[in-house]
Amino acid sequence: MPEIRNLTLNFGPQHPAAHGVLRLVLEMDGEVIERADPHIGLLHRATEKLAENKPFNQSIGYMDRLDYVSMMCNEHAYVMAIEKLLGITPPIRAQYIRVMFDEITRILNHLMWLGAHGLDIGAMTMFLYCFREREDLMDCYEAVSGTRMHATYYRPGGVYRDLPEQMPQYQPSQWRNEKEVRELNTARQGSLLDFVDDFCDRFPACVDEYETLLTDNRIWKQRTVDIGIVTPERALELGFTGPMLRGSGIAWDLRKKQPYEVYADLDFDIPVGVNGDCYDRYLVRVEEMRQSARIIKQCVKWLRENPGPVILDDHKLTPPKRGEMKGDMESLIHHFKLFTEGYCVPAGEVYAAVEHPKGEFGIYLVSDGANKPYRLKARAPGFAHLSAMNEMVAGHMLADVVAVIGTMDIVFGEIDR
Amino acid sequence: MNIVGFLETQLGAFLPQPVVLTTLIVLKILCIVLPLMGAVAYLTFAERKIIGYIQVRIGPNRVGPRGWLQPIADALKLLTKEVIIPTGANRFLFLLAPILALGPALAAWAVIPFGAEMVLADINAGLLYILALTSLGVYGIIVAGWASNSKYAFLGAMRSAAQIVSYEIAMGFALVGVLIAAGSLNLGDIIEAQRGGLSIFSWFWVPLFPLFVIYFISGVAETNRAPFDVSEGESEIVAGFHVEYAGMAFALFFLAEYANMILVSGLSAVLFLGGWLSPIPGIPDGIHWLLAKIGFFLFLFLWFRATFPRYRYDQIMRLGWKVFLPITIVWIVVVAAMVVWKLPPWFAGA
Repeated sequence: MPEIRNLTLNFGPQHPAAHGVLRLVLEMDGEVIERADPHIGLLHRATEKLAENKPFNQSIGYMDRLDYVSMMCNEHAYVMAIEKLLGITPPIRAQYIRVMFDEITRILNHLMWLGAHGLDIGAMTMFLYCFREREDLMDCYEAVSGTRMHATYYRPGGVYRDLPEQMPQYQPSQWRNEKEVRELNTARQGSLLDFVDDFCDRFPACVDEYETLLTDNRIWKQRTVDIGIVTPERALELGFTGPMLRGSGIAWDLRKKQPYEVYADLDFDIPVGVNGDCYDRYLVRVEEMRQSARIIKQCVKWLRENPGPVILDDHKLTPPKRGEMKGDMESLIHHFKLFTEGYCVPAGEVYAAVEHPKGEFGIYLVSDGANKPYRLKARAPGFAHLSAMNEMVAGHMLADVVAVIGTMDIVFGEIDR
Repeated sequence: MNIVGFLETQLGAFLPQPVVLTTLIVLKILCIVLPLMGAVAYLTFAERKIIGYIQVRIGPNRVGPRGWLQPIADALKLLTKEVIIPTGANRFLFLLAPILALGPALAAWAVIPFGAEMVLADINAGLLYILALTSLGVYGIIVAGWASNSKYAFLGAMRSAAQIVSYEIAMGFALVGVLIAAGSLNLGDIIEAQRGGLSIFSWFWVPLFPLFVIYFISGVAETNRAPFDVSEGESEIVAGFHVEYAGMAFALFFLAEYANMILVSGLSAVLFLGGWLSPIPGIPDGIHWLLAKIGFFLFLFLWFRATFPRYRYDQIMRLGWKVFLPITIVWIVVVAAMVVWKLPPWFAGA
């Protein structure tokens, strides 16, 4: 008689639900998963090593590319680490701008997650609905930094520049006539703040729309309720952070527990789940989007009323103004030194963490007093989450693996670094 | 029919009788299959457009005016592509499978009445014939999954087999209800049995409402369409049973799936919505009503696909066995009672 063996299925790295380059080796008894073995490293780009060979400022761009759906939050942890080592505090306006863009990024990330999670479970319309709103937030990125994804907007000592007074507008083209363009541009007539404000007003209705499609949908509930349950104790042991931890019922959020920037002055709530299953994590993230819109609203109000500098005036750390450079020798030297040698950071080691949309994203930085980091280590939340894959899917079916991958909100940029 | 009679006499003048008969039948078959193929092609286009608009985008709009030539371009592309046969595959079965899938999907159309006299084969066991042929379609999928020698395809085939077998039963019971109500297996007679004074309310969808809903949902499951598309399940098993297929071999599966969609829509229209009967008194019956009803059901197919997440494989089983099957059985008893007690207005004359 032939020997009865389990089916070993190679899930990925080229798989529609692999979220990039996840490779899972699944050992299955029919459709039931016995063991799931995640393989990583297919997107390894040696970010940490590259950062050791560059002046501090030149690595900010690498941070965008870690978790490439929540770009500015990655930058935030990095510049916070540098600021901690340097012992500087950015101007208060810069802090508000950072918080506003952190929350915009959180919505960006959660929309991407919701769309992809929906698509994985088969609700493909979610994906396009989410991307419709993402487009507007991408435009905010573009307005403020010039690029739609890899912004490099946060700098040690503040942010690159103040918020623009004008939003970029759509132009008529072969595909869009004047009337359509005018309609698209109605929200873009004022400044970036007007646009963001308008977005926050209409965004809750969009979230309602997503929820009508999913929250009470019987199929959605059947696919997510009681799938991938993690108990609160186990979630802590596994090193979960962010919505993965809050979904299990632990109200841990760095924005509340260790407030950085101006989060202490802002009014928002931390949603927590009860059962620690995929459905609770879904609800937590959806509520987080609403809370983020609330935070953004408060930031917009503050930023409107309080103009001021957005970056420190210390030209050892921040570039001088273009105009000054034309006539002032000192400024020219500062500019040259900053963009070639960079600046030296006092010797020491520091860990700075932010509440990234996916969890606690931390940068551990060791400096030996040179103009480059001696060692940089990124603490990616997704890595800890992915490590729990086997535990979360064992005993579930193949289709649930996809739901669990979705609920983990995995992005390989940060896991492989 | 006049044209048929005319052709018969014209050809009969110089050809022997069996040849005339064969020629006529082949012509009739072509009259069904060619428009069907066209309908399939434009159903794919309609799907992309309708789902596109549901998803706030435009859909294909580059090939031809407003994208109208897109299905032609797709067909040409698939025709010119190489049919790749994987090394480990069973060559014969691998190529047989798409034919097995498409054959029944086309053959079932033989008994569908398009109008009072417009039917290719007016046989009395029409419903039974349909049941037999739609069950055959699953062999194409099973054979494809087995012959591909791929794990994804194999999983897809297993899921598909289990799913279709379970839904076949619910579907069969739903048809038994129709059978009791109409008192005939002939599809033309079933439509005639739905004629009544209340126009749309005298059709079977009212007295057989649970069976109507279950029949259509089972039909969606039978054709492996969302939310029951676990045998394809692109986010789980990539493309399921046809993951190894390319070119025209893949296109045949595609044709079969869409032909089946149209078939299920047509059957729902014939069995529950009165086929070619007119819903509005005063406007004559005719094939246009059947086509409109088919169009309505096809739209439902696309609407489902754009709205619902995908079921998990065991949940589909549960729905089939634990929900649909009991309901159909109960409703068959109810229908039988209605027929026995001649419940007006539907069964007063039965």
